[in-house]
Amino acid sequence: MYRSHVLVCGGTGCSSSNSQLIIDEMEKEIEAAGLTEEVKVVKTGCFGLCALGPIMIIYPEGSFYSEVKPSDAHEIVQEHLLKGRIVKRLLYQETVQEGNNVKSLNETNFYAKQHRVALRNCGVINPENIDEYIAVDGYAALGKVLTEMTPQQVIDTVLASGLRGRGGAGFPTGRKWSFAAVNEADQKYVCCNADEGDPGAFMDRSILEGDPHVVLEAMAIAGYAIGASQGYIYVRAEYPIAVHRLQIAIKQAREYGLLGKDIFGTGFNFDIDLRLGAGAFVCGEETALMTSIEGHRGEPRPRPPFPALKGLFQKPTILNNVETYANVPQIILKGADWFASMGTEKSKGTKVFALGGKINNTGLVEVPMGTTLREIIEEIGGGIPNGKKFKAAQTGGPSGGCIPAEHLDVPIDYDNLIAIGSMMGSGGLIVMDEDTCMVDIAKFFLEFTVDESCGKCTPCRVGTKRMYEILDKITRGQATMEDLDKLEELCYYVKNNALCGLGQTAPNPILSTLRYFRDEYIAHIKDKTCPAGVCKHLMKYTIDPDKCKGCTLCARNCPVGAISGTVKKPHVIDNSKCIKCGACMEKCRFGAISKK
Amino acid sequence: MKSLEELRAIRDRARTNVHLRKENSPDNIRVVVGMATCGIAAGARPVLTTFTDEVAKRGLQNVMVTQTGCIGLCQYEPIVEVYEPDGRVTTYVKMNPEKAVQVVNDHLVNGKVVSELTIGSIGTMK
Repeated sequence: MYRSHVLVCGGTGCSSSNSQLIIDEMEKEIEAAGLTEEVKVVKTGCFGLCALGPIMIIYPEGSFYSEVKPSDAHEIVQEHLLKGRIVKRLLYQETVQEGNNVKSLNETNFYAKQHRVALRNCGVINPENIDEYIAVDGYAALGKVLTEMTPQQVIDTVLASGLRGRGGAGFPTGRKWSFAAVNEADQKYVCCNADEGDPGAFMDRSILEGDPHVVLEAMAIAGYAIGASQGYIYVRAEYPIAVHRLQIAIKQAREYGLLGKDIFGTGFNFDIDLRLGAGAFVCGEETALMTSIEGHRGEPRPRPPFPALKGLFQKPTILNNVETYANVPQIILKGADWFASMGTEKSKGTKVFALGGKINNTGLVEVPMGTTLREIIEEIGGGIPNGKKFKAAQTGGPSGGCIPAEHLDVPIDYDNLIAIGSMMGSGGLIVMDEDTCMVDIAKFFLEFTVDESCGKCTPCRVGTKRMYEILDKITRGQATMEDLDKLEELCYYVKNNALCGLGQTAPNPILSTLRYFRDEYIAHIKDKTCPAGVCKHLMKYTIDPDKCKGCTLCARNCPVGAISGTVKKPHVIDNSKCIKCGACMEKCRFGAISKK
Repeated sequence: MKSLEELRAIRDRARTNVHLRKENSPDNIRVVVGMATCGIAAGARPVLTTFTDEVAKRGLQNVMVTQTGCIGLCQYEPIVEVYEPDGRVTTYVKMNPEKAVQVVNDHLVNGKVVSELTIGSIGTMK
C-alpha cells in the first residue's frame, strides 16, 4: 500500500521540458531511499498551468511543485518523502502564504475560478491505466446507458442538457444525434474529430493525453444512442503522446470487454479504431475528415447531404469534437439538469480555453460559459507580463476574430462572441498587448489559411491568396485606400461563396480587425506608419547622437554592417542596409537607439 | 465485461489506490508521524508503514497518513499525532508497529483514545 503519490505531468508541454527525465530521477531516488514500497510515481495528463511546467503534485499533502528540474529529485525525495518537510523553494509561489502556511491549490487564482468538467480527470489519474479511470466512476455512464436507458432516453438527456458542439460551430449535440438515429441503415458510424489544427489551441490534445478513456466511453454511448457499432477517432499524427495513450486505452478497453462484442452482457457491440491525420487543417472540416478516413485525399464536399444522412462510407454518421465527448459521461451520470445549471441561457456547461500569447499563466483553463474575458485574462491568467496594456484577444484561431478591450466584460458564450464579430472556435485564446500590430495579426492568420486551403474551390484558393497579398501590401506601406475597399469586398465575397468552413471563416480575422482597429489600417496606408512598431518596412531605427557614447557595441553586433562610426563618436545607422532586426537596440546600454 | 457488478468490483478495488489524491478535506482525521532523523532512528518508518497499511486494509477513506519533522521531544520518538476534525489532538509516544495497530483499531476506527500510549501517561510507561 502506498502512503504517498507523486503525480508528474506527462502532457506535451511538460514532456517537452523533460518531465520524463524527472520521473526517471524520482524513481531512482525513491529506490535509493528505500521508499519503493511506500511511494508511487504516477505520470498524469495536463494540470493546466503549463507556464510553470514541469509540474509535480505530491499527495496526501497536495504540495504543488512548479518548474521542477531533474536535479531537484534528490531534495524532494530526501526532504519531502523521507522526512515530511515540504520543499518550499519549489512550491508554486501563490500557494505559499504569510506565516509559512501552504494554501490549497484550489484557492489559488488560477484554479479558484475554474470549474473542471471536461478536464476533471486530467492531472488526477494515470491515463495509461484503465483501473484509475474506473476508480473515478469511469464507464459507469456506459453501464447505466446500456442497462437502464433506451437510445431515445440517451438522446433526450443530451438534448435536455443543452450541450453544444465544442469544436467551434456550437451545433446542439443532441439534435445531431437524433438526426442520425432516425435514419435507417445497415451500418452507422460514430466519429471523433481530434484533428485540432488551430494555431494556439491544445485542449483536445490535453484531454486525449490526460483522460483518453472518457472519449472512448462517450463514443460508445453515442453508438448506442444512434445505433452504430463502429467508431473512428481521427487524430493528428503530430500528437504522438495522444496517439500512444489512445492506443493503450483502446487496447485496455478491449481487454476488459468495454469495447467489442456484447458489452455488459447486453448484446450491444461497439469498437473503435484510430485514423491518423497527416496534419492538413482542412481535415478538421467534417466532410473532409470523413473523406480522409475513407482513404481519399482530404477535401470537403458540399452539404447537403449532411453526415447524419450520408456520412462516412455513405452511411449515417455523427461527428463530434473531443471536448464535446468529454462532457457526455458526466451528463449521463449527474443528469441533464446538473449540466444545464452551469453556463448561460443558450450556452450550457463549461468551456476549455487554451490561454496563450502575452499572458502570465499560459495554459489550459476550464470555466463556466458566461465567464467574462476579463476574469479569464486578469484573474485566472494573471494578467499581462511586463505591465503592458491589453489590446485584444483572438478567439477561434484563423476562423475567429479579435475582441478589443471595450468588450472585456462581455460574458463569453457562443452567441455573444458571434455578436461581437468573433466566434468560440475550438477554444484557442491568444492575448495580445499594445506591442501587437493588428494588420500583422490578420496577415499571420491569412498566411496560415493560404497555406492550408485545399484548393478545391476558387473563392478560397484564389481569394485567400489575394487577400493576403493586399495585407502584405498594406504592411509594406504601398497600399491605397482603394485597396482597403477591395480587401473588404473580397472578404465578404469569400465568406459567402467558399465551399466549406475553412474558406467561409478565413476572412474573419480581417473583418474583425477592420471593425475594431480600422484606424491602424489607415495609419499603415495614409501615414505609412505602424502604430505598434511591428511592421518592419514601416519603421526606422535611429541613434540619438546626444545619448550615443560611441562604444561601438551596436556596430559590432549589427549582422549586416549597417552601423558606422568611430570610437567615442556618435554612430549612424544606414537605413538602406538595415534589416530591422533590433539587435542594436537590445545591446545599447545607453538607450540611445529608438525605433518608430 | 459481462455485468455492472464486475465494473463495480474493479472500481471499489481501484478506488483505494486513488483516494489519496484528493484535496484534504477538513473532515479528515490526520495521522502525523514524526519522521526527522530522531524519529527514523527510533523506528518511525515501520510505524508509518503500519499506519498506511492498516488504514488501507480497513478502507478508512477519511484518514490521511502523513509525516512531519522533529517536534523537539526526541527522547519520546517515534511520536505520532492524531488530529481530529473537531480540533482535538492526541499525541502518542514511543510507538512501534504493534501499538500502531492498536491505535488504528481503538482510536481511528472506534474513536477511543488509547490513553496508556499518550504523552500524558509517560510517567507510568515502561
